[in-house]
Amino acid sequence: MEVIATRPESLREVSFTYCPGCMHGVAHRLIAEAIDEHGLINKMAGVAPVGCSVFAYKFFNFDMAEAAHGRAPAVATGIKRARPDMHVFTYQGDGDLAAIGTAEIVHAANRGEHLSVFFVNNAIYGMTGGQMAPTTLPDMKTTTSPYGRKVDDVGYPIRVCELLDTLVAPYYIERVSLLSGPDIIKAKKAVSKAIQYNKEGRGFTFIEFVSTCPTNWGMKPLESMEWARENMLPYFKPGVFRDKGAQA
Amino acid sequence: MSKVLMKGNEAVAKAAINAGCRLYFAYPITPQSELIEYMAKMMPTVGGTFLQAESEVSAINMVYGAAGAGKRVMTTSSSPGISLKAEGMSYIAGAELPCVIINVQRGGPGLGDIQPSQGDYFQATKGGGHGDYHLIVLAPSSVQEFADMASEAFDLADKYRNPVMILADGMLGQMMEPVEFKPAVTEKEMEEMGHQHESWCIHPNQDGDLKHHHEINSLEIDPVVLEKHVNHLYEKYDKIAANETRHELYNINDDNEMVVVAFGTASRIVRSAVDELNAEGKNIGLFRPITVWPYPYEALAKCIGPKVKQVYVFELNTGQMVEDVKIAVNGKVPVHFWGRVGGMVFTPEQIKEKLQACY
Repeated sequence: MEVIATRPESLREVSFTYCPGCMHGVAHRLIAEAIDEHGLINKMAGVAPVGCSVFAYKFFNFDMAEAAHGRAPAVATGIKRARPDMHVFTYQGDGDLAAIGTAEIVHAANRGEHLSVFFVNNAIYGMTGGQMAPTTLPDMKTTTSPYGRKVDDVGYPIRVCELLDTLVAPYYIERVSLLSGPDIIKAKKAVSKAIQYNKEGRGFTFIEFVSTCPTNWGMKPLESMEWARENMLPYFKPGVFRDKGAQA
Repeated sequence: MSKVLMKGNEAVAKAAINAGCRLYFAYPITPQSELIEYMAKMMPTVGGTFLQAESEVSAINMVYGAAGAGKRVMTTSSSPGISLKAEGMSYIAGAELPCVIINVQRGGPGLGDIQPSQGDYFQATKGGGHGDYHLIVLAPSSVQEFADMASEAFDLADKYRNPVMILADGMLGQMMEPVEFKPAVTEKEMEEMGHQHESWCIHPNQDGDLKHHHEINSLEIDPVVLEKHVNHLYEKYDKIAANETRHELYNINDDNEMVVVAFGTASRIVRSAVDELNAEGKNIGLFRPITVWPYPYEALAKCIGPKVKQVYVFELNTGQMVEDVKIAVNGKVPVHFWGRVGGMVFTPEQIKEKLQACY
């Protein structure tokens, strides 16, 4: 029998801690495959956030740091400045990156810090049990917006790619979806491009994954995909916001 | 080497670079501005990294990253900024990362003012951030000592994989005094230093190396493991207390009738008062803790000789170190306290008056 797919070398032989139907495993795999393909495993370092992917430091097969909530871009900045010969990425959720860590992500992007940031947007706080996130959709119910997100009271969901696209320095910004097979294949290309730019020392690269949280949305995995395609994608539109490599 | 006249803030910055610090992350705040400005000017000239962070919170997390990558790294601030760094200091202590933090203290609480104070003693020595941890805390009393402590702080941080704080104040930061600098580390020493933490830090695999997976982390979700980790930290702190406690004795003798305790800048003012009173025929000893964590409890206890009738503590706060003095004195004699706050600094005359009143 021929082996046609195997565990990427950049993932350790450790079981993921994610819920059934969660897309974090897919996002991890895409990143790991891209690192393998670009031959960066010996020079890679990653920073895990606080949130569902808090244990990501155990999953990747190179040096990893666990950051305080929202601080991953600052920690990654410290690593990259101390070890310019290494390639550094952060992996962050919506609460981590777009609420408590807003200052860190905006300023790391504004400095054009040589990092790849992978941002998983599933419109909810997963780890703490389904609270409202900065990306929770209008009228969406969560445990801290039990009557639905009232935009007059707590504002509208933040579109992070669009926000970062107002800055001059970022090199590459793209939003992708993990909500179907073809979307995942497109996402893989974006991740690979981000890692390639990182390898080439081009500057700040940012990929947002529109994803799901079946557990806290109270849906079956397939249902959650469908719901996200119908509700998330119209608000968080996939696309390339910035690609200085393509312009060049 | 000849002496140069320098402000404390600049002297300690220069000494840190001499000690091999090549990464510095900070945010502007008075009265430590000369420090960050010196680093901005000088770091590029030695091939180092100076980065003005977007906040104190970011600065300390950049330190966490760079320390996790095994390099000598420093951040500096003043009181309100140190509060913002407290979260990061707790993570750094938990993850056992070596780094140096300088607090050029100012008046508090809150925004307070920008005058010298010792109001952050509790924060520095008893915690500041959450959880069971300790910083090693050095308290300089002159610009020379402030500068000397830079290399000492880095050495202690590297030796114990623990954050070290230099607890200075606005007076020491702003004051100019003659300083003699230790020679800068050589290229060879820098090279060795760059590799000293490779058994645990973030660093690339060299060709042919056995692949490593290092985790820079303070999370231990299993309580059994976390308890073991915290106990390990406390075994380390016991070792630090046993080996690294430092103090200075001034006119301590068996015939002392009074012992005065003060640290940092305050001790200089107190010393002038003690000199004058001793010249008048009194016998007062001065005990100055140099490490305020670990606190020199045993050394202070030994200073309470047979004729000592009381101990007097002077601080530029409402009475924080006095609690440690009471632990050391352990009820043997009364312990008095007087201090000034809000950035007001006592004079030798005022100290003299206080001492005369109860001698």
